[in-house]
Amino acid sequence: MSKGSYPTKHQRNALILSIIPGLGQLYHKQYLKGISFLVLAASFFIVFRDLLNMGLWGLITLGEKPFRDHSVFLLVEGILALIVVVFGLGFYLFNLRDAYKNGQKRDEGERLSNIKEQYRNLIDNGFPYLIMSPGFLLLVFVVIFPILFVVLLAFTNYDLYHSPPAKLVDWVGFKNFLDIFKIDIWRQTFFSVLGWTLVWTFVATTFQVALGVFLAIIVNQKDVKGKAIIRTVFILPWAVPAFVSILVFAGMFNETFGTINKDIIAFFGIEPIKWMTEPLYTRIALIMIQSWLGFPFIFAMTTGVLQSIPEELYEAATVDGASSFQKFKNITLPLVLFATAPILITQYTFNFNNFNLIYLFNGGGPALPGSNAGGTDILISWIYRLTMTSAQYSKAAAITMLLSLIVISVALWQFKRTKSFQEEDMM
Amino acid sequence: MSIKREKFIRLTLTYLVILVMFAIILYPLAWIVGSSFNPGQSLSGSSIIPKNATLAHYKELFDLNQSAYLHWYWNSLKVSVATMLLTVILVSFTAYSFSRYRFVGRKNGLLTFLVLQMIPNFAALIAIFILAMMTKLIDTHLGLILVYAGGQIPMNTWLMKGYLDTIPKELDESAKMDGAGHLRIFFQIVMPLATPIISVVALFSFIAPFADFIIASILLRTEKKYTLAVGLYDMVAKQFGAEFTTFAAGAVLIAVPIAILFLSFQRYFVSGLTAGGTKG
Repeated sequence: MSKGSYPTKHQRNALILSIIPGLGQLYHKQYLKGISFLVLAASFFIVFRDLLNMGLWGLITLGEKPFRDHSVFLLVEGILALIVVVFGLGFYLFNLRDAYKNGQKRDEGERLSNIKEQYRNLIDNGFPYLIMSPGFLLLVFVVIFPILFVVLLAFTNYDLYHSPPAKLVDWVGFKNFLDIFKIDIWRQTFFSVLGWTLVWTFVATTFQVALGVFLAIIVNQKDVKGKAIIRTVFILPWAVPAFVSILVFAGMFNETFGTINKDIIAFFGIEPIKWMTEPLYTRIALIMIQSWLGFPFIFAMTTGVLQSIPEELYEAATVDGASSFQKFKNITLPLVLFATAPILITQYTFNFNNFNLIYLFNGGGPALPGSNAGGTDILISWIYRLTMTSAQYSKAAAITMLLSLIVISVALWQFKRTKSFQEEDMM
Repeated sequence: MSIKREKFIRLTLTYLVILVMFAIILYPLAWIVGSSFNPGQSLSGSSIIPKNATLAHYKELFDLNQSAYLHWYWNSLKVSVATMLLTVILVSFTAYSFSRYRFVGRKNGLLTFLVLQMIPNFAALIAIFILAMMTKLIDTHLGLILVYAGGQIPMNTWLMKGYLDTIPKELDESAKMDGAGHLRIFFQIVMPLATPIISVVALFSFIAPFADFIIASILLRTEKKYTLAVGLYDMVAKQFGAEFTTFAAGAVLIAVPIAILFLSFQRYFVSGLTAGGTKG
């Protein structure tokens, strides 16, 4: 039977009636459902009318009179209104679909489910939604909402000079992004911060990984005694909370009382080094500290992998006359890298956003003349500085978007390669 | 002879490297412990093994009139435990629905979670700050806990879903045959089998708030409400040289219990992590 050739037109009628939610269901004589849909739709409009009205107006204009309209609050209300609209539309579509589907059933002469069956259906199909909703709601408000806010903020001129309530904030389109690339000071700062971020990510991570793998391999040699103690000590930097160690290092590298200048370097007869005021030395210190903090994790992972390599592989290689170096190159290294590869990539993304170390060690400093970023600021700590100290909110938002773009593209590339993405039933 | 010599050189070099690493690892730890026993507030003229060691700094920290340290400790524990509980509950539910049910929006939901877990939630710190001000949740631990727990959901949901997928579906199907309801299957069949991954998620969601500095430093305004990370940083940043020995005592009091806990659970932690990493 082709579409539209039924003797009855329940499908069409219900769909049209359902333009007002609930009427389609009433038409199907599902009274309880229809009435609850009607009530839901009506209360949606009554409860959210003001928010929708005000929010959408605010979202478009960002306020018209200073002191009466607070642009940022209007922006927040606007996003809330958008979220409410999305939920409303979802419900509306569900209503249309329900009326349409049941109309189809009636056209085909099937019996519609009665109240008891509807209740069972609701429980069975609604259960996943029901148990997910608390987590999902929290996610919407503390994760999705802030992201939307930052995205929108990047297209405004919200900064110290356009600060509500005395001033209004306006939409400025892509001006922030263009400024970052066009205005000299922004462009230079952006690229120097980005450059250091990449160098930092690459050097610090590679260093800590190489150190961790190297130590795991030499400790794992058969004839090394006292493995248990060695391993416990090597895990120690991981066991101490990182923020504590970083602050301790900040003390050790301090130029007036720190032990590095006072005791260690003096012991070798070298002049005190300006660890905290010379960008180059701060950078070197940061990389050394991150190696200290980060290698135990890699060490533990690699040790686990090494212990799982079957001894026969090495014996067979020895019989074939392989040297220790050949055994290392052709057996140990490939197996270790293969097993730890996914974790290695997360180490890179971790350091890319390693705010704690950069900020707690020297506040992103030392300050550079003629720049609004410190000498060791990476993108994330620069964003923090722009937000918290110089109130450059819209620029900070624009840079956040650029940063997220980098992180997402790297991470997507990584996930495409991992197993779980290719599994049949993942989705 | 030459094989013997080669072995001797190799082992000597190995032990030498290990010794150097021992020094590099232990020196900062010894230095901070030594500093915490040094008399006086500044470090000038101090040494790793103090001549007249004193417990004065520890006493100062435990005295609520002199420092808010105990408040910070309590706040950190409170926030971390609350975040852990909230995260485990929410994540178990979301991961369970994603793993066991096929519903409209599931695929998009999973993809959204995948993208969200890649952006650190502090990237949107301006928004979190303004939102907290508008909702009056600024300077409250509730606000902090909600932000932490929300931020933990996407990553841990993926982690736990990966594990739940490996628990055979036949188990819940046969339970359903026997007349078990949705909640009963969830609580009595699937969750008991998922304890290993639940403990990994619990651990992650405990450690993250404990170690976080950035969000806590944005949201918390009064000294009494600080968490340890913010409080210690404040102690250091305010007058670094001047209060360093007290800071050192504070650092030792955090490092020692956490390190002992960590070392005793290390084995489970590492295996859980590798399992999660390869399954993830």
